[in-house]
Amino acid sequence: MHQDQRPPSRKRLVRLCLNGRWREDAVPDHLLLVNYLRETVGLTGTKTGCDGGECGACMVLVDSVPMPACITLAVRCEGRSIETIEGLSSGGSLHRLQRAFHEQLGTQCGFCTPGMIMSAAALLRRNARPTDGEIREALAGNLCRCTGYVKIVESVRAAVDDAP
Amino acid sequence: MTAAAGAFRVVEPADVAAATAAHAGEPGSRYLGGGTDLLVNLRRGLGTPALLIDLRGIAELDGLACMAGGARIGAGVTLARIAADPEFRARYPALCEAAAAVAGPAHRNVATVAGNLCLDTRCIYYNQSEWWRGANAYCLKYRGDVCHVAPQGRHCHAAFCGDLAPALLVLGASIEVAGRAGRRRMPLAELYRDDGLAHLTLAADELLVAAELPADPPPSAYAKLRVRGSVDFPLAGVAVALRAEEGRLSILRVALTGTNSRPFLLDGTDNLLGRPLDATVLRHLDRLVQKQVHPMRTTLLQSNYRRVAAAALARHLAARLAATPEAAR
Repeated sequence: MHQDQRPPSRKRLVRLCLNGRWREDAVPDHLLLVNYLRETVGLTGTKTGCDGGECGACMVLVDSVPMPACITLAVRCEGRSIETIEGLSSGGSLHRLQRAFHEQLGTQCGFCTPGMIMSAAALLRRNARPTDGEIREALAGNLCRCTGYVKIVESVRAAVDDAP
Repeated sequence: MTAAAGAFRVVEPADVAAATAAHAGEPGSRYLGGGTDLLVNLRRGLGTPALLIDLRGIAELDGLACMAGGARIGAGVTLARIAADPEFRARYPALCEAAAAVAGPAHRNVATVAGNLCLDTRCIYYNQSEWWRGANAYCLKYRGDVCHVAPQGRHCHAAFCGDLAPALLVLGASIEVAGRAGRRRMPLAELYRDDGLAHLTLAADELLVAAELPADPPPSAYAKLRVRGSVDFPLAGVAVALRAEEGRLSILRVALTGTNSRPFLLDGTDNLLGRPLDATVLRHLDRLVQKQVHPMRTTLLQSNYRRVAAAALARHLAARLAATPEAAR
């Protein structure tokens, strides 16, 4: 085929650091980060909940700042560090937040849990000893539709107390 | 629902002139700030622009300065940044309280001042998925020809729900706007008109560059009625700025959001100046609010409740501010 007959490319190369490893993918401009993570990369720990930026189930960290992946364009993540729930455990052992959510029954049905844990992870990075009020504020954008937030806040509190 | 939020392209202009030039090259394109409102709407099938013009890399839009002669807030400043700024918190508390009350903490990290001021109007018949709206014969605001809120009329009643606008209105803000034809300044109130279908007076190619605030602001505060303590849009939002001299009101400004298709400064508060803020004045204020807000059935909460609550918020804020030592001089 002649080169000038090719249709224009609808994609561009995006390079980003995903859970500590740089990678490069060709993505269309309109691709949302949540779909990039789940469908292009295959990391399905990040959930699509409300699909409208309201519930926080798709929360990931962009340069350590929590962002709902369903209202973030993948092309806007060029050169940035993206962290998902899959990146928290290391060497086969759970992150202390994951362990605390498991042991304190903070998980309930589990659908909101990856987003809750990512928001909590960002909090603990900037504030190692948060008060309960600060924990609630940090999780204000994460909705749980199961029962309530008592066990969730207790789980984050347990992870704080578990800090080395 | 799959990947596409419409198959748009994204460009990243380096300055305001390049942004408006990009718009001229693709009429119907949209300016993209934090994306917390626009991307959600596009994903719901509300609009199909071929091009989004990403304003995030434009340095001019990112300035935030509190000076002796006033303050200048770049259109691209994030809500989290303004909510946490110590100088703004001291001088313009209503603005910081409003910024801190928007959505959740993650949204505020990217959502911008201009995005909140130019927020699309909202309605339970509009902010729905494509199939929901399609099954309901669409609505006057998009693709349909009947307003389901008031089917007899030919007017869209979608409500403006930005939190910053009332705070900036009571603080006397003006805005700078840029388009292909050049730049212009106007009072913030002139950005809006009371039409849910076309509530902004901006031309399609125009974008907000900055908001400016006068120095020596009166004490101010913002309060918001919503179902949940976070994430929700205001069912009614009220900002008040107030000063009293020797116990008598010398400044009283009240602005509202969430109840009409535009945010607006309450008319008639000047008639209350020169009087002490007593029970009679508060009753007058309550009546003014109830008369001028027009909450329609655009949310799940009853319109009349929102009307009464808006008036109550205005009374409480005014009474609270009047009791602070900063309000008196």
